[in-house]
Amino acid sequence: MPHQRRGKGQKEEKNAMTIVKTVPDSPAGSHSKSGNDAHALGAELLAAGAVAPNFNLNVTPDQTLSLSDLRGRPVILAFYPSDWSPVCGDQMALYNEVLPEFHRFGAELLGVSVDGVWCHRAFAEARHLHFPLLADFEPKGLVARQYGAYRAKEGVSERALFVIDKNGIISWSYCSPIAVNPGAEGILQALEDLSK
Amino acid sequence: MATLKVPITSTDHFQGPESADVTMAEYGDYECPHCGRAHPIVKSVQKYFGERLRFVFRNFPLGEMHPHAEAAAETAEFAGAHGKFWEMHDLLFENQDRLGGQLFLGLAQELELSAIALRQALEGGEFKSRVRGDFTGGVRSGVNGTPTFFINGRRHDGSFDFESLVLAIEEAISATKSTAKA
Repeated sequence: MPHQRRGKGQKEEKNAMTIVKTVPDSPAGSHSKSGNDAHALGAELLAAGAVAPNFNLNVTPDQTLSLSDLRGRPVILAFYPSDWSPVCGDQMALYNEVLPEFHRFGAELLGVSVDGVWCHRAFAEARHLHFPLLADFEPKGLVARQYGAYRAKEGVSERALFVIDKNGIISWSYCSPIAVNPGAEGILQALEDLSK
Repeated sequence: MATLKVPITSTDHFQGPESADVTMAEYGDYECPHCGRAHPIVKSVQKYFGERLRFVFRNFPLGEMHPHAEAAAETAEFAGAHGKFWEMHDLLFENQDRLGGQLFLGLAQELELSAIALRQALEGGEFKSRVRGDFTGGVRSGVNGTPTFFINGRRHDGSFDFESLVLAIEEAISATKSTAKA
């Protein structure tokens, strides 16, 4: 659970599961991996078997969440380029509806983008999102870089998915072309494989 | 290539003969404006292919974004349980801008269905599991938004204007025929 960094009262707590993001729309440029600056930096998307780098990011203006807080259950990390862009919206809206299926596996879903907390809040409220959006805002994109999911040229994260097992090991990862909603099927399959 | 993971069975809502050359399935949401736009296009495509096409509709309501979508889907299922799925399906899309409890009950009466029974079904969540079943099957098949079409079980990733759908269906028909010949 997100831990309270400095208590600002019930209202903030209540909003803990609501998130907003503010990343600029990704340019509709090259989607190819080879054109990705993350690769130029030698940062490959972390693959199954790798230890998921821990992080501590703001989930509301007053609260942060660490990956290690969620140890003991599967975690779905959904990096996306930006709040408000049409594809992101559809992808997050879809995950919002699929949440009961994720929860059936005991999994927690976290959305991550470089947008700031206030943007995340507005986005989450507008879309009625029921899962946390994390602000990979300062230093910008640090967590995305650690996962090999950053597009330095555009300054946004890739549309990358990670399923992390209860021990903090990545069990599945996938990087979608940035303009394509990757859907939820891969995540559900990965969670199903984990529960076998 | 995303494919339909839940096979089409007799429990699905379909129009057109089982022996049709091609089956097109739509995952849709009665409150989704794109589905609303697709509705008359699908009708024209059905008219164009006649008995050669079987059309199936499955529910994919995005309830958080579209507050009336779930109840609309359950209303269509209620009508379906009384043999009037397609009549209700059409009326819901034709009245997309006025979706809501009052409209659903009014449409039931228009179709000579019991408004009281519909209200009970909606309140009791009688068709919730059926709608959710459609939804989860859609997610597992790679439905990421609405409308999503599957033509002979393969997801159609092109646009859903009349020409694109006709072309995709014709290709599916010729693929089936060439396989049958081989």
